[in-house]
Amino acid sequence: MAGLDLFQVVGFGLVAALILVVLRQHRPEVALGLSLAVGAIIFLFLAGRLSSVIGVLGQVARRSQVSLAYLGTVLRVIGVAYLTEFGAQVCRDAGEGAVAAKVELAGKVAILLLAAPVVVAVLDLILRLLA
Amino acid sequence: MDIELVFRIAAIGILVAILHTVLQRAGRDELGQLATLVGVVIVLVWVIRLVRQLFDTVRVMFQL
Repeated sequence: MAGLDLFQVVGFGLVAALILVVLRQHRPEVALGLSLAVGAIIFLFLAGRLSSVIGVLGQVARRSQVSLAYLGTVLRVIGVAYLTEFGAQVCRDAGEGAVAAKVELAGKVAILLLAAPVVVAVLDLILRLLA
Repeated sequence: MDIELVFRIAAIGILVAILHTVLQRAGRDELGQLATLVGVVIVLVWVIRLVRQLFDTVRVMFQL
């Protein structure tokens, strides 16, 4: 992350926050849409750097013979966690705490589903060691 | 970092708010509500297009 990009993101966030404060007095629903859009824009701006980090992780995993299946699972869990957090936070900003809780519940279930095979593999390994 | 979209959405929001007040002064209240609705729908379309792009990026990046 070149220093310049950080300034860009921080500056963009501050400007957006100022605009949102003004907009929220007149049209709260448009302000919510705008905060959603700003969140998406910032993530899309970071997507390039994030995918290069993931590439580095992949190389490290390949070099250390960590099986790529587990790295894939970790990646998916991170993706699910990020999406769930994004959705839940927007719902909470809109004042809908209950909806945010349901979105988080869905995220937890998705992560459990992703993690189940890994847990089973670990248990098998342990049983085999003990037996 | 297309900040231009942010300014566009903010402009629509403020414009609709002013239009609503002006139309209310002129006694045409229902027209004001209609203008507000149209403004909100336009913003919604832009935001949904952006969120769809975000979801596609996340799906590709995290192999979801």
